[in-house]
Amino acid sequence: MLEWYLPQASTYASEIDNLVNLIGAFVAFWFVLSFGTFIWLIFRFRARPGTEAEYITGELKHQKRWITIPHLLVLVCDVFIIVGAVSVWYNIKQYLPPAEQTVRVVGQQWTWTFQHPGADGQLDTADDIATVNELHVQKGVTYHYQLQSVDVLHDFSVPVFRLKQDAIPGRTITGWFEPTLEGEYDVQCAEICGIGHGLMGARIFIENEAQHAAWVAGESPVRLAAVTTPTRAIQE
Amino acid sequence: MAESIPHEVDPGHGDHHHEDQGFVSKYLLSTDHKIIAMQYMFTGMLMAVIGGFMSYVFRMQLAFPGESVPLWGIVTPANYNALITNHGTIMIFWVAMPVLIAAFGNYLIPLMVGADDMVFPKLNRLSYQIFLISALVLLSSYLVEGGGFGGAWTSYPPLSAKSQYNLTPAGASLWLLAVALEFVAFLLGGINFITTAMNSRAPGMKLYDIPMVIWMIVIASILFMVSVGPLIAGAIMLFFDQTLGTAFFDPNRGGDPILWQHLFWFFGHPEVYVVLLPAVGITAEIITVFARKKLFAYKTVLHTAVGTGVLSFTVWAHHQFIAGIDPRMAHIFTLTTLLISIPIAEMMFVYIATLYGGSIRLTTPMLWALAFIGEFLIGGVTGIFLGASGADVYFHDTYFVLAHFHYTFYPIAIIGTFAGVSYWFPKMFGRMMNDTLGKIHFWGSIVSFNFIFIPLFVLGTAGQHRRIFDFQNFPALATPELQQLRILATMSLVVMLGFQFVWLYNFINSMFRGPKAGKNPWKANTLEWSADSPPPHGNWPELPTVYRPPYEYSHPDREEDYWPQHLPN
Repeated sequence: MLEWYLPQASTYASEIDNLVNLIGAFVAFWFVLSFGTFIWLIFRFRARPGTEAEYITGELKHQKRWITIPHLLVLVCDVFIIVGAVSVWYNIKQYLPPAEQTVRVVGQQWTWTFQHPGADGQLDTADDIATVNELHVQKGVTYHYQLQSVDVLHDFSVPVFRLKQDAIPGRTITGWFEPTLEGEYDVQCAEICGIGHGLMGARIFIENEAQHAAWVAGESPVRLAAVTTPTRAIQE
Repeated sequence: MAESIPHEVDPGHGDHHHEDQGFVSKYLLSTDHKIIAMQYMFTGMLMAVIGGFMSYVFRMQLAFPGESVPLWGIVTPANYNALITNHGTIMIFWVAMPVLIAAFGNYLIPLMVGADDMVFPKLNRLSYQIFLISALVLLSSYLVEGGGFGGAWTSYPPLSAKSQYNLTPAGASLWLLAVALEFVAFLLGGINFITTAMNSRAPGMKLYDIPMVIWMIVIASILFMVSVGPLIAGAIMLFFDQTLGTAFFDPNRGGDPILWQHLFWFFGHPEVYVVLLPAVGITAEIITVFARKKLFAYKTVLHTAVGTGVLSFTVWAHHQFIAGIDPRMAHIFTLTTLLISIPIAEMMFVYIATLYGGSIRLTTPMLWALAFIGEFLIGGVTGIFLGASGADVYFHDTYFVLAHFHYTFYPIAIIGTFAGVSYWFPKMFGRMMNDTLGKIHFWGSIVSFNFIFIPLFVLGTAGQHRRIFDFQNFPALATPELQQLRILATMSLVVMLGFQFVWLYNFINSMFRGPKAGKNPWKANTLEWSADSPPPHGNWPELPTVYRPPYEYSHPDREEDYWPQHLPN
């Protein structure tokens, strides 16, 4: 369902899309079945002259069957969904593959700041590149992100990656992604963060190796002190 | 009346002196459960008008960003945030709660269990008075400097805790104070509902003879009273953070913003069932009457409601999958969340099974009750996507979530209310509502409702996030195709709001000019239909006795197709 609207630009995007399709199939089956039965019963048992309603308690075993059997089948579907959800979740949020590159993502009212490693490939060195509302990553490289916030809750959401994670002041949350598709896509803040929440978008640029190297070479490093210090003092 | 012993007629009831009361003591300071129910209902409906107007303003902004909205003007980002925040807060705490629990609970519990009034009538009056004050406090937050609070109805700190972040120094505190006061009002009401239903039943009414709507209101009251404690504590802590400079939720000084989310959702998820269950109960009363059928597996419905209630305390962190909780915790909450689909699905199956073998009359109340089942099915099945942690990584905080919970809350708060009001209107006012106007209003509202929220499901699937005042700032969301869906949703909202004038006309006109209803116009079994319409203060000249369960429709041993609970044979 999702790839119809958004390309899959990370290694795990297809896992989420498949899970959504699996749930969609179960849900559609149950919805059509119960809604269809519901509409049919309303039509079939509409009041007509000469017919009377039956007296059915629903307490007898052969009557209760009509509830218990679907109920057990729903339980079976739930088991499939739980297994699917847990395994997808594990791969995205719990398991952390080794990083080839690390970027720092800092949310603040109302911009995103991204700190990229420079030519040395290491974060927190002199050649780091800091940008505002522009994240540059390389296709096929496993990234760790270190997500931080300097003021209120924000949420780092990259829809084409199917990635979403809240940023919490006072914590660094580490997660991962591996881009698989070149192009320029939206990054949105997905947690209300004040009156500028609707302006807090950024763009992610997914580049191939040569493009990315050219971008790194072309950017002058910005001292990270300017990045990680809150732009305004947090008053007590 | 407060001390009246159950099952004995208070000598004061039915006396002439009640009719000599002035307007103020009769309608404003009354301890009569029916008057208090009306106070709650009309206050709730007035708040619904305000909440509905807010949705009109922000939907217009989303459809036509930056343009002046008729009856409002330009919508600033601060306006927008305050409008969505208060729309959500009002619709849940000042519409769904007062109408479904307080109005129907107050009106129906004594009448359906055969009591002359609530057990604690003065507490009941106090409950409404505090509720009214809470509503006024909330509305006043729009008039103070900085305007109304705009940190979403979930009020997550640090945004809600510090005025330099939310820019509404007074609005945020007034909002919180109003919510806390509202909880106090419902705690007082809840004590009354549970005690009255358990202690004041008519002779002969065993636990399994209690009508389902009463059970549901009792279970909902218990859920509310058990879950609200942590949130009241949290609200006080947040209030102190805002006003006294404490640091319960301030990470810079050792606090933790996530703590609030746990306290909020530990209440917030049971709260969904607090408002759901009364609507489910109303539906049970209506479908049995208009299908002339006994409720299929009464005990199963009751057990699933209790099961849902217990499970609802174990699912709260599914609202926080991506909020920074330990990722291992998500597994547990996925499990519990999907398990809660079992009792709810079973409840829906029972209702559908009740229709089997019936003789279904599609009156206005029946249409609403059936619509509740149909629309709630959509709300239920779309919730599965969100309860599954892996899929929620994508769907969290998108319009998919918004459309999902409107497909639960609209059936609950709007469909449930219209079902209940159209069904009990003859009892409340002694006259019938116009069925043709009722059906026009029904179809107008239901069709346009679906045309509001189906486009929003699509937008959410396309990755549109919530609480953003103008999507033109995000290139992926600023496409003309998506904008057309936003316009469709907004236009449908305007149409739906327009149809409410049909209902308003029908309601007011029928109240004074509708045909007289008589005691039991629907040929229903439950006790309220044995009282006069409208019932006098004290409800019955002599309190009824109960001889059988509530849903003995089309019983083979009886000639008529209904068998009222109070008839000896």
